[in-house]
Amino acid sequence: MRHLIFVVGTSFAALLASTPAWPAPAITSTTVELPAGDALFPGGPEADAINNNCLACHSADMVLNQPALPRSTWESEVHKMIKVYGAPVEDSDVPAIVDYLAKIKGSGQ
Amino acid sequence: MSQHFDHARFPALSRRAMLQALGVAGLTLAGSSVRADQSIRLPIAGEPRDRPITHDFPQKGSMILQRTRPPLLETPMEVFDRGVFTPNDQFYVRWHWAVIPTSVDADAFRLSVRGHVNQALSLSIGDLLRLPRVELAAVNQCSGNSRGFFLPRVPGAQWAHGAMGNAQWTGVLLKDVLDRAGVKPGAVQVRFNGLDEPVVPDAPDFRKSLDIDHARDGEVMIAFAMNGEQLPLLNGFPLRLIVPGWYSTYWVKMLSDIEVLDRQDDNYWMATAYTVPDTPHANIKPGQTGVKMVPISRMVPRSFFTNVADGASLPAGAVATIRGIAFGGDAGVAKVELSMDDGRTWQPATLGEDHGKYSFRRWQVDIPELTKGGHSLMVRCTNTAGDIQPAASNWNTSGFMRNVVETVQLTAI
Repeated sequence: MRHLIFVVGTSFAALLASTPAWPAPAITSTTVELPAGDALFPGGPEADAINNNCLACHSADMVLNQPALPRSTWESEVHKMIKVYGAPVEDSDVPAIVDYLAKIKGSGQ
Repeated sequence: MSQHFDHARFPALSRRAMLQALGVAGLTLAGSSVRADQSIRLPIAGEPRDRPITHDFPQKGSMILQRTRPPLLETPMEVFDRGVFTPNDQFYVRWHWAVIPTSVDADAFRLSVRGHVNQALSLSIGDLLRLPRVELAAVNQCSGNSRGFFLPRVPGAQWAHGAMGNAQWTGVLLKDVLDRAGVKPGAVQVRFNGLDEPVVPDAPDFRKSLDIDHARDGEVMIAFAMNGEQLPLLNGFPLRLIVPGWYSTYWVKMLSDIEVLDRQDDNYWMATAYTVPDTPHANIKPGQTGVKMVPISRMVPRSFFTNVADGASLPAGAVATIRGIAFGGDAGVAKVELSMDDGRTWQPATLGEDHGKYSFRRWQVDIPELTKGGHSLMVRCTNTAGDIQPAASNWNTSGFMRNVVETVQLTAI
């Protein structure tokens, strides 16, 4: 197994025989900008609950990319977000969020 | 050899090449709306299949947009046809939490090593660059790669096959770092944490652990370069844990903290998330309950077509070269085979250069003249441990560890 990991002096001698040592790669400070991902869920007022509660942690697009799933699956997803991932969702908003998901991504089961 | 160090040879797809690659995606070529109209139709098990192609992410070229925040970016399949190493600017991206530092000062950055050790360490990048250096070609694959093909469908990122990539990783051995700190007797696991954080303060921070013997096996690495350059920020700049042969969930990005534990790690990301049924192929029946779950671990063999897509047409009466990539999971590729008769007989593929047991490996087969009509081609990989891709798809509630034999339906015209 060990032959697959080479200490640099050895492997580079094989690659560049005239080069005694591998120059250190440049590691330079990096600053980037990430897209905001702040598009709203479509649907107007019926999307208010999901827009108000869910977009702080993630953008809408992956939810919109989900397949149609049973209502019970959407219920457990919403509760997982709250119980496991700490999403600060008002109890009173939970039904509206589940209704919305079951409407746009429901399998009718 | 230069192909995996010369990043300049893998520029972002030119607009024209990308439009060609997108093929049937229904693009508008005129005017300034082209950019917004670029999309790709994934061959997953059901709708919605269309995804935007994005160029909006730093240090990244054309990527399939699965989620903007936190980013989930998939590698287009044609990238894997161009070479055995996946270029950094098209290497897939997957983050759990949206608080990702957008600025990392390479001089100020420190990697801490602490816990059940004789001497806690705070290592600069310069300190790591002075340690013995290693390099390794290894596939990084998301546990849920190909989840979009699961039937019944399961929630989660609806990836096609592009939540994987292969790179030449450069860095130091985790063992060497642990030895400098001096692991105390009684160490059980080593836990890894990165700079990313949950949006909500009391949510479980993303941390992963390896058994102490695994951590010290002389293979697990801390990488500061991939394909000869520093890591793109979204792939974990400045440091990433490399766990050869294991699913990417363990390859902690922006690695900043290593904690030696004198107990089993029971944090959420080890005990609950990323667990799979303790069954062959992590397979259960939909609805089956009461199954023992264990942390996901070693990868399993896979192989893919890269120059023909499902539903493609080929000229009848002409020979063709069919090619793709394969990897053995946690062992090397022993053989790749092609079947043109629904799996009754298999012919061996010619394998490309061997970059090591954890790397992608090219394969190709020259197939005979096809008669007009439909043809089904299947490809499977057997690894050096004797594991072979199964003929039937596995299923589990998380959509993990898919490695069924891949099939493409072709039409000769």
